[in-house]
Amino acid sequence: MANANDHIVQPAEAMQTIAVPRAGLWRRFAADRPALVSMVVMACIFVVGMGYWTIHLSGVHWPYDPTVPDPPAQLLPPSAQHPLGTDELGRDTLSRILLGAHVSLLIGFVAVGISIAIGAIIGSVSGYFGGWVDTIMMRFVDMMMCIPSFFLILTVAAMLRPSIWYVAAVIGLTGWMGTSRLVRAEFLTLRETDYVQAARAVGAGPLRIIFRHILPNALPPVFVSAVLGVSGAILAEASLSYLGFGVQPPDPSWGNIVADGRQYILDAWWLIVFPGVAIFVTTLAFYVTGEGLRAALDPKETKRI
Amino acid sequence: MFKFIIRRLLISLPLLAGVTILSFFIINLAPGGQIALPGAEMNPSFNPHVREMMKRQFHFDKPLIVQYGLIMRDAFTGKLASFKDNRSATGKVLQRMPATLALSAMAMVITISCALPLGIYAARHHGRWRDRLISLISFALISLPTFWVAYMLVLACVRLWHIPVLGTETFGVEFPNPFSAMVDATWHVFLPAVVLALGGIAVDSRYMRASMVEAMNEDYIRTARAKGLSETQVAYRHALRNSLRPIVTFIGYLLPAFLGGSVIVEQIFGYPGMGRLMYEAMMERDMPVIMVELMIGSALVLLGNLLADVLYAVVDPRVRLD
Repeated sequence: MANANDHIVQPAEAMQTIAVPRAGLWRRFAADRPALVSMVVMACIFVVGMGYWTIHLSGVHWPYDPTVPDPPAQLLPPSAQHPLGTDELGRDTLSRILLGAHVSLLIGFVAVGISIAIGAIIGSVSGYFGGWVDTIMMRFVDMMMCIPSFFLILTVAAMLRPSIWYVAAVIGLTGWMGTSRLVRAEFLTLRETDYVQAARAVGAGPLRIIFRHILPNALPPVFVSAVLGVSGAILAEASLSYLGFGVQPPDPSWGNIVADGRQYILDAWWLIVFPGVAIFVTTLAFYVTGEGLRAALDPKETKRI
Repeated sequence: MFKFIIRRLLISLPLLAGVTILSFFIINLAPGGQIALPGAEMNPSFNPHVREMMKRQFHFDKPLIVQYGLIMRDAFTGKLASFKDNRSATGKVLQRMPATLALSAMAMVITISCALPLGIYAARHHGRWRDRLISLISFALISLPTFWVAYMLVLACVRLWHIPVLGTETFGVEFPNPFSAMVDATWHVFLPAVVLALGGIAVDSRYMRASMVEAMNEDYIRTARAKGLSETQVAYRHALRNSLRPIVTFIGYLLPAFLGGSVIVEQIFGYPGMGRLMYEAMMERDMPVIMVELMIGSALVLLGNLLADVLYAVVDPRVRLD
């Protein structure tokens, strides 16, 4: 065997599609009921999370101000006044979970934006030029891949000052390797196509060919991995915040609400259960949407037996 | 085979060297890493103890390249000492390694024994409701936050059912014979392993399904059906064998996920492995231990990949390793 790595199929690559039938994409996606429902849920979470944050910043608080302690209302169980109960400082859990939504969403989107940008650039340069550029970049990717990813995220997060943007950057900077391999694989196929040869023949430079001609055609699978990546990033943020290396109190994040609630678990199950459900539902919505997109883009999946 | 293993190990060496450089760089990102910079004395977050330790361990008075060389020498000879108790950082990590390997092995067994049957079952009902149900279940498993599941499980076991699950053995119990002690130890590995395995089951059952669906569309399957074989024979004797091939490599990718997940799982279950040591080192900013953890974790992943490659050649006789 020429290269020991040749037969290693990367998970992301194994599922990729090369020829993408665009026609009927929406019809195929919409026929997949769970995916359609997830997309609606995803959109709702986005609107509610971002909307709540905007309203909170403008000084209107509903049902309560999630940041202001209310000592008489400590550790109240779910009731009509506090639908999801209150925490040890008397803050309303529903308000805190609603405010925490923007943290998860911002970190999810920013982290994925960073990782897609890096992955796309490294993957396209590597795949387009090939040769020693490709070898060096892919060895670097191999090296990054062999560090257990959560070890890496944790180390970098622990070394930096914890804040929403740092956490997003850390998750993004440690998660681009899959995308780069995906983009590289697309480029390896696309750079040999006739239209790329034609572009080269009329004298287009490498940058123009990469970004104008090839990259747009390589984007659909990247888009799928981005949607899936958001759910991964949200989970990573929750885990980091749970361990205390992510978003710091008093800013509520779903992970640190669970972490804060740990010591009151016997008296206040609602502090643990509800944020966990919020993480689960959000991650699931992004994941099922992403998988639905993947299936809609994959000709093999659409064949009905 | 032997030649292949040697060559793969040689290819792995530069990767490992890269990992050490990267972890050296990350450690230097830490506020303590800039200790040598002018004005560092003004920063109140460096207490004198940490500053002294950093200076001695990391040779901050030397140029960067010399620092790196000296740290590597110390790490390999075991002289690099933990800030916390002055014991050898390499020794501490190696001492915790067997527990984490046992946990990962158990998680691997659970993953394979659940993911393969699920994937095969889903593929055999491709496109029908059973397939969709299994897909949804696996999406749900992927979306569960590990720390939350682990926490719920510990609570349920310890508080509701009074089953001991924390640590590596039931505390304060004398076991009449080594066998029951072993059963007890296995039980203590089992629950954290289940939590670790959940994500792996979800992902690998998806891959198994995809691989099996692909195999079922091949020409030789049509031939097998045409010659009158039963659907069971077609699925298990013809399709399954070919669809197992790519799965072997995916199994190789489980190890990094298990090592990463062990930080959370071991911390919650009070299991004394590498993951918990990592967490403790993070909390105490014990740089030497963090660095050695990164290096040994990566070395384990490389070994896991090598093992997957060898296995791949075993299941597919067409692959020649030399």
